[in-house]
Amino acid sequence: MIANFGFGVLFITFLVTLYSVFAAIYGDRKQIPAMVESARRAMLLTWPLLTLTAGVLIYLLVNNHYEVQFVYEVTSRSMPTYLKVTAWWGGQAGSLLFWSWLMSAFASLVTLRKWDRDREFLPWVIVVACVTMAFFIGMNVFFENPFAQLYQTTAGIEPHTFHPANSILFTPEDGRGLNPLLRHPGMIIHPPMLYLGFVSFVIPFAFAFAALITGRTDDRWIRLTRRWALWAWLFLSFGLVLGSRWAYDVLGWGGFWGWDPVEIAAFMPWLTGTAFLHSVMIQEKRGMLKHWNMLLIILTYDLVIFGTFLTRSGVLSSVHAFAQSAIGPLFFGFIGFTLITSVALIIYRWNSLKSETEMTSMLSREALFLLNNLLFMSILVVCFWGVIFPLISELFTGQKVTVGPPFYERATAPLFAALLLLMGIAPLSAWGHSTVQTLGRAIWKPTLGAVAITALLFVTYTQKIGALIGFFLIALVILVTIYEYLRGAYARQRSQGENIFTALWTLTGRNRRRYGGYIIHLSMVLMAIGIIGIESFQVETQGRIGVGESLKLSNYTVTYKELASWDDQPKGVNFTRAVVDVSRNGVYLGQLHPRRDYYYDSQQAMTIPGERATLRDDLYVLLIDWEPASTTGATFKIFVNPLVNWLWLGSFIFLAGIIIAAWPEKEMERVAVPARRTIQQTSAAD
Amino acid sequence: MRINKFVIGGVLILGAVVFLIWTSTAASAEYFLTINELNAKGSSIVDKNLRVSGAVVGDSIQYDAQDLTLSFEVAHVPGDNAELETEGGLAEALHQAVMDPSRARMKVVYVGPKPDLLRNEAQAIMTGHLAPDGTFYAEELLLKCPTRYEQAVPDQAGL
Repeated sequence: MIANFGFGVLFITFLVTLYSVFAAIYGDRKQIPAMVESARRAMLLTWPLLTLTAGVLIYLLVNNHYEVQFVYEVTSRSMPTYLKVTAWWGGQAGSLLFWSWLMSAFASLVTLRKWDRDREFLPWVIVVACVTMAFFIGMNVFFENPFAQLYQTTAGIEPHTFHPANSILFTPEDGRGLNPLLRHPGMIIHPPMLYLGFVSFVIPFAFAFAALITGRTDDRWIRLTRRWALWAWLFLSFGLVLGSRWAYDVLGWGGFWGWDPVEIAAFMPWLTGTAFLHSVMIQEKRGMLKHWNMLLIILTYDLVIFGTFLTRSGVLSSVHAFAQSAIGPLFFGFIGFTLITSVALIIYRWNSLKSETEMTSMLSREALFLLNNLLFMSILVVCFWGVIFPLISELFTGQKVTVGPPFYERATAPLFAALLLLMGIAPLSAWGHSTVQTLGRAIWKPTLGAVAITALLFVTYTQKIGALIGFFLIALVILVTIYEYLRGAYARQRSQGENIFTALWTLTGRNRRRYGGYIIHLSMVLMAIGIIGIESFQVETQGRIGVGESLKLSNYTVTYKELASWDDQPKGVNFTRAVVDVSRNGVYLGQLHPRRDYYYDSQQAMTIPGERATLRDDLYVLLIDWEPASTTGATFKIFVNPLVNWLWLGSFIFLAGIIIAAWPEKEMERVAVPARRTIQQTSAAD
Repeated sequence: MRINKFVIGGVLILGAVVFLIWTSTAASAEYFLTINELNAKGSSIVDKNLRVSGAVVGDSIQYDAQDLTLSFEVAHVPGDNAELETEGGLAEALHQAVMDPSRARMKVVYVGPKPDLLRNEAQAIMTGHLAPDGTFYAEELLLKCPTRYEQAVPDQAGL
């Protein structure tokens, strides 16, 4: 009964979004403001409606309503309440609903702002938001109903939305429960983060689309959505980092990124989004690359839809994945429809998107930004090629050929290295015109420093060429960034008479976007240290040892002390935990507790590593096997992952950088607007 | 002239990317095969990079914890989606593959920790190469248990 109510509300929301789309288009075409206002109010209704729907679903999840198929699939009686709530996004039907719910929240937020100067955008922002929502809610209503109930019919037990004739409702005793691998804090926050990122990117796209339709193709849409794009990027980046951390902690293979199609699906919109964030700056400052920016945000939007589909279709890692679910063709249809419509609009508006200035110097800031964009797009092409290659090869040769992680590592490593180099050079180049001489004057000191650091590392740390190139580039970026900071601060110190710390502080405060960006660059190279560390220097060993015996790896000695195994009846889990002593170069450091949890209901084991994390390296001990009766011998696998913690450290600094860059800065905008006007006037005079 | 400078730059980058993709694909391509296809290829496929999918035969799983050597047999499952559907979906196809003694089987050896998901009727996707004696040496082992995730309807007998 309650489930039917939930479905009813969902269906009404679907009709409301459709109404909103038509009212907005009609109101705009016939110039009836009341119609557009009606569309806006209809859209504002979707959030309360979807909240009610979600409330019903959560009520069912928390109260063990196993007659509802979705509840049966993702929860069980032994799960604590918070896990039952978060099971909302633990399955496909629920996560589609979660997506729509976030979308409606963001769309409502956007329409609640003051629209005075931008009223002509409003109907089309509503159209994009509501078409997207209608698509996702429609998926839920017609194909993936989270409220479908189980009925005992003559043919067996089947899920149905409505009560079929000659059947009775069937209520299983207990649900199947969430996969234990997913019962990890990282996995509980990771999907919402990713979705927040996905959904926030819809807003800039909606404005871009509105700009194309209305012909108001100046950079107003970019300025209006800059902060949305930054937050979207923040959430998406954090979603990716959390997912990596989960893989590192839970999957027990000593890595964090496996170039799995699901990961790539979330990574691709990040690539276009990052390119977009950089290239909009060229449009704002120089009035160039307008077609390109439009294309980037359209691509980001469609990759977001594609990513949602791939991450939730539940049929991945098989090359046959795409056709398995009824919603596959619909997703591709929707992506094709939005892509073609948007690109057609770009072509229609081609002339009004012409650049206001021309790019002249290969080393100017804008040329380097363009190069940065090309590199991001190249990485995207590599990823996309890797994902679709099996389909292509089968089509042309009849032989299914796949590519694995070595392909991605090999093909993207030079591209990432080039990006690092750009990060080092670009902040020193000037807008408009730079020459080798001007750039050389600015860069020789940091370069010298980076060479010295690399030489030092060559002598003391590693002789691996690839890693040394990486470290050189990292050192260069760090030194250039510090150099830029200090140069600005010294200038302030001289002109304003501030001390160096005040100067640094005010400098950052006055140019949040620029210095926030530099902090983000620094965080990226810190992450790069971690990635180079684990990729180049990871070592591992494994072996079976008795109590008191040791395994040695790098400078570590891991000594097996004891093992205990016990059942946790209410949770239905068996824990087996080993205790090992860790010492480094003979110095005792402490104990680690690698363990293995066995979930009786799902018959699934989970290997939890014992980790000792330092900035130098991470000792990662896995309990593989043991002798049940005597517990005298146990098998361990040990990894030493050098520098990997810089990756997690970098992600925190990244957060700080984005918050600085995205923080509202009132006075800056007041200055920026008149400056921009003059450029518009010159272009109008052309 | 200005235009040329940028066009040349663009073409160079494009060329570099195409080169990177081309060589990396050639270096790391893996042939995705079913066990029947593998048997049909015979010795021509020995020592190539392969990716093979099959159903794990539970009784055959052996694990030597001393040297972490895992060995098991996998039975042929169709690679084609339409064929899987006619067999009643992936879970059912895996079940039939294991129950049917006439299906082609292949011995797999893998060195490393025993994966948590390895069990009877799981789908194994293995990356590695085939030795001349017909044993598959897996470097990477990916397991899926479709029954637990996708089976829509509860088994009444189990209640």
